[in-house]
Amino acid sequence: MTTTPDPMAEIRVSFFLECEELLESLQDGLDIMETTGADSDTINVVFRTVHSIKGGAGAFGLEGLVRFAHRFETALDDLRGGRVPLTSEGLKTYFQAADHLSDLVRAHREGTPTDVNENKGLLSDLDNLAAEDSVEEPLDPKIDFQPMPVALDLGLDDAPDDEIAPPNPSAPACCLPYQIKFEPTADLFSTGNDPALLLRNLAALGRMTATCDTKHVPDLAQLDPEQSHLSWTITLETNVPPCDIASVFEFVEGLCTLRIDQTDVPIIDDPAPPTLSEASGPPPSAPATKSVVRVDIDRIDRLVNLVGELVINQAMLSQSLENAGVPPYSPAMDGVEEYQRLTRDIQDSVMMIRAQPLKPLFQRMARMVREASNSVGKDVRLYFEGEETEIDKTVIERLVEPLTHMIRNAVDHGIESFENRCATDKPAQGRVTLRAAHKSGRVVIDIADDGAGIDRAKVRQIAIDKGLIPPGKDYDDAEIDELLFMPGFSTAGAVSDLSGRGVGLDVVRNAIQTLGGRITVLSEPGQGTTLSISLPLTLAVVDGMVVRAADETLVIPLNFVIKTLTPEPQDVDSLRPGYNMLKSGSGLVPLFDLGAMLGYREAPDALDGTDVLLIGDDDKGKIALAVDRIVDQRQVVIKGLDDKVQRAPGIAAATILGDGHIALILDPLEAASKAAPRHKALPYPTSVTGAIS
Amino acid sequence: MTINILAVDDSRTMRDIIRLALLPAGFAVHTADDGLHAVDVLDTVVPDAIITDINMPRMDGFGLIDVVRGLKQHRTTPILVLTTEAAPALKQRARDAGATGWIVKPFEPSKLIKALHLVTG
Repeated sequence: MTTTPDPMAEIRVSFFLECEELLESLQDGLDIMETTGADSDTINVVFRTVHSIKGGAGAFGLEGLVRFAHRFETALDDLRGGRVPLTSEGLKTYFQAADHLSDLVRAHREGTPTDVNENKGLLSDLDNLAAEDSVEEPLDPKIDFQPMPVALDLGLDDAPDDEIAPPNPSAPACCLPYQIKFEPTADLFSTGNDPALLLRNLAALGRMTATCDTKHVPDLAQLDPEQSHLSWTITLETNVPPCDIASVFEFVEGLCTLRIDQTDVPIIDDPAPPTLSEASGPPPSAPATKSVVRVDIDRIDRLVNLVGELVINQAMLSQSLENAGVPPYSPAMDGVEEYQRLTRDIQDSVMMIRAQPLKPLFQRMARMVREASNSVGKDVRLYFEGEETEIDKTVIERLVEPLTHMIRNAVDHGIESFENRCATDKPAQGRVTLRAAHKSGRVVIDIADDGAGIDRAKVRQIAIDKGLIPPGKDYDDAEIDELLFMPGFSTAGAVSDLSGRGVGLDVVRNAIQTLGGRITVLSEPGQGTTLSISLPLTLAVVDGMVVRAADETLVIPLNFVIKTLTPEPQDVDSLRPGYNMLKSGSGLVPLFDLGAMLGYREAPDALDGTDVLLIGDDDKGKIALAVDRIVDQRQVVIKGLDDKVQRAPGIAAATILGDGHIALILDPLEAASKAAPRHKALPYPTSVTGAIS
Repeated sequence: MTINILAVDDSRTMRDIIRLALLPAGFAVHTADDGLHAVDVLDTVVPDAIITDINMPRMDGFGLIDVVRGLKQHRTTPILVLTTEAAPALKQRARDAGATGWIVKPFEPSKLIKALHLVTG
């Protein structure tokens, strides 16, 4: 006999997945209620989500979850039934309850239900929302709903059919016979109940004799075949208690006249053999239902890796054909081109498996906005656009922190206080918008607020006070906005009353860059601030610039490269041999020889005339890297370095090139930050300060 | 003889649990996501009994019972209502709508099986 390993565990996993979907619908529903009011369809959806979570939780005996869902459901049911109106206070409570429910679901999923504290305030808020008469005794789930874990025995060969077989027929029969009078009402059939079945079920309990009374059957002409006209008098000899007999009639209660009496004449006899015990047939094959396949993420990663190998293999094949002198447009080359196209399609499809919509992440942020705005006493609402945009799962996971940071900033510092907003004719409710969209093979996420915009005078003053920039120099707006991303610009204490922004944005920028992304800021005084993040769709491949330096082939992720140039002698200021600055826009950036920076060789004296990459994440760049030659610009598959390899600063990963050679993928800013002290060219960080001062 | 069941519930978890409870006991289980879906399924499947949730999108359990009782082929099909509420009022409403019986969630598989045998024979 083969037994599936704990099917309930599998359903449990599926239950929690379903909970995620339900919680999402719950948020959506509440959002609609907040925006357009409470139409009955929406309230029903909201009610159902909580109801379904409760139902499932009950089946797994998740008591805390059931209890809370039940309280929430009760409040929603009263809203649904029109017994209480929808108020803004109420809505706030529903949102809080949804958040709490989501916490409870997560805690139960992780098996740590005690981690979530009972929120007495919320419970009493919910009870206040429920109509008077539906409030129950606090926290007594026994009243009408008890969680009851379902335990299933799936031994297919020995199905537990004792549930349906008659009670042990070989038991000694020393019992009092029952006298049962059963008279169905005329409309018994309309409920799908069948007296014949009832009698058979009764017969299964013991030895039965039944007399059918036909005296109420009308003439054939008047007979309505859909109505019941018969009644029965039954004698049942059995040793089951009366409640078991009553339970046979449970579903026809109210649809019949029923009398069950126990006579006082004992009958001692052999029990009747069961008349109904062959109900179980062979296990049928279940019809296939449409469902989602759950796949272990490791398997997908393995597939991603293999596709990566395929891409590399394909590149190597093209190159070796080319090297062998196979002419272009030959059948062989056409074949390779087709191979290349297919490889790219496969790669895209595989990446799609890892892609997930941003919506759940955005919804988490909505919750954050509610909590943050409550704590600072502002009324702020988060709006979504393009939340269906998909991006790599890992990217989503690693976006949580930076996004939280930025949104908290927007609520805390971006949106003005209530009084200030009223003074400027803005709507009292602040608005933060999360906007996602695909743009040229990347995903762009904007975090926009309609606050006061960056207070640039203040930002400049803080930067001067902190010694980050010299006083008395002119900066354009973009340069000042850039200061916000400087390490050391802000500590929470210094800017807590700043109505611009700046809490740790350097940390945010680092996090985004680690994901291969860029972040920029746009701010209009009085109109608000928009932070814009541009991210690659996946972490498995990167657009890179393949360069040669000191006889090494290296890859620099393209998102770091602002532009490439070949400087004229007058563009390079040599401070002293090996220490150079490159003119870039209105300022200077330190110019490094890449080979020297990585320690492959001594720095050459002159760097003019070589290829130079301007590196950074804004227009002006932070550093410039001189390379011997730019080889190619292409997509490369990122190969993580083995754990055994000691992590070298500035080396992000590796890749295999078309010619089969391994090339290191650089994190140029990190490499420069390590190289800078050796060069003593400029204090690092060499961001705008370095460029301008 | 295999007993064919149509289980109607908008919760995937609940459908899975019902299927898991019934398959080993020799039932064949068809499923539908809501009342309207169930009506579609009833075009091609003639179940021996229907188990339905009450709260569902598009068409709820009461609506489904109403439709089923109006379908010539299914008007006498036993219908068990799955409910988390043991409230008598709800049972009465289900009865008035034409339900054959009810099962209070969360149910024990044995109870469900017993109830099904009770209404299907």
